[in-house]
Amino acid sequence: MISPAGPSLASALAALLVRDLRLAVRIGGGALMGVLFFLAVVTLVPFAVGPDLALLRRIGPAMLWLGALLANLLALDRLLASDYEDGSLDLLLLARPPLELALAVKAAAQWLATGLPLVLAAPLLGLLLDIEPAAMGAVALTLLAGTPALTFIGLVGAGLAVTLRRGGLLLPILVLPLAVPVLIFGVSASNAAVVGPVPFGPPFMILCALTLVGLVVGPFAAAAALRHGME
Amino acid sequence: MALIDLANPTRFLAFAERALPWLAGAAAAAFAAGLYLAWFVAPDDYQQGATVKIMFVHVPAAWLGMAAWALMSLAALGTLVWRHPLADVAARSAAPIGAAFTFLCLVTGALWGRPMWGAYWVWDARLTSMLVLFLMYLGLLALWRAVEDPARAGRLVAVLTLVGAINLPIIKFSVDWWNTLHQPASVFRLGGPTIDPSLLWPLMVMALAFTLLFAVVQLAAMRNEILRRRVRALRIMQAQAAQRA
Repeated sequence: MISPAGPSLASALAALLVRDLRLAVRIGGGALMGVLFFLAVVTLVPFAVGPDLALLRRIGPAMLWLGALLANLLALDRLLASDYEDGSLDLLLLARPPLELALAVKAAAQWLATGLPLVLAAPLLGLLLDIEPAAMGAVALTLLAGTPALTFIGLVGAGLAVTLRRGGLLLPILVLPLAVPVLIFGVSASNAAVVGPVPFGPPFMILCALTLVGLVVGPFAAAAALRHGME
Repeated sequence: MALIDLANPTRFLAFAERALPWLAGAAAAAFAAGLYLAWFVAPDDYQQGATVKIMFVHVPAAWLGMAAWALMSLAALGTLVWRHPLADVAARSAAPIGAAFTFLCLVTGALWGRPMWGAYWVWDARLTSMLVLFLMYLGLLALWRAVEDPARAGRLVAVLTLVGAINLPIIKFSVDWWNTLHQPASVFRLGGPTIDPSLLWPLMVMALAFTLLFAVVQLAAMRNEILRRRVRALRIMQAQAAQRA
């Protein structure tokens, strides 16, 4: 639908989503970089702790979560930086759709391009760590519910760091402490499915709640950071 | 004197000059009383022996480490909502002090943990959430150092401070879920404190002393920050004048 005043809010946001996804999957974008990094991290684990399958099975969900967290972090650097460099972030600041919504869409595109592949790759990597199929499903489910929270938290860090000269170094320092709750509930829900006497439900629901809180807080905080930082 | 009067840095400086000696005196007196009570009046614990004296430093430091973040969150609102000119000065000054108190809490906790738990560091919930708080303080200080213009740095840091203020209770809750070995809160709880009055009173006096110390250091640091910014502004003006000449 095209109104006389220009495209509607929904079509503007949809265009932004499609643009970000295209940029991520085409040459120069880094959509599958995260998955490669994830694979490399998981491959390193047995070298560090030894090839003992029983041990790997026990720490497997935690290692998958840690790998996914780091892979997510790796991609955050480019979430806003390339738009800042080529000036399209200035256009987003001036455009009619609220900056908060635009940033939420950018985060959603970022998750679709980098977070979702991690979730899909996790079951394959779980084979390397000898995690049982049923448990692997649970781990993938927790990653599906929890990685958006990491992207939204990372959005705040990206908004703060994008205008700084050494922002890329600062970003992980700012974001990692905030990711502690997601890691805790992600791993405890996964472990509950693998071994635990603890039921799977409560930590999983808290994980979902963290993602929803991130969806509310992240775009607003990142928009505030951009408005104050881009002067 | 209303808060708005203190928005003028010159008036604030005059106020700080007048208030500092009194506050410093009060802090010294409270420390004298608190240390006397802690060393000579408070009994040794029947289980922990003399190591319980560490509590009189450890617990107030933990309180102030968290209180400093609360103060910074108020200052962050002052910066973002009201553009109060002294709010980011207050936050800038409170951050290293809060980090120092948090660090003191961690160090005394480790020293206390060694005889009690048999290790300097155990991954206990309360220690861990203080460690995360310390990491967040360091991130905040790093962000401050990364931006040259103090006003812009102040606004960016204010955003991160508020995000931290939302997240810190969540982190605390999740770490509690994750592991609990430390004793649960024993002073501020429903149904009254579980700590014996003979230990509680010295602890309260020490907490007052630490709070006064915080106020002294905070006021002095704010005064220094205002002067530092004036020096910076004068230097920039001098450089611009030299360029024109």
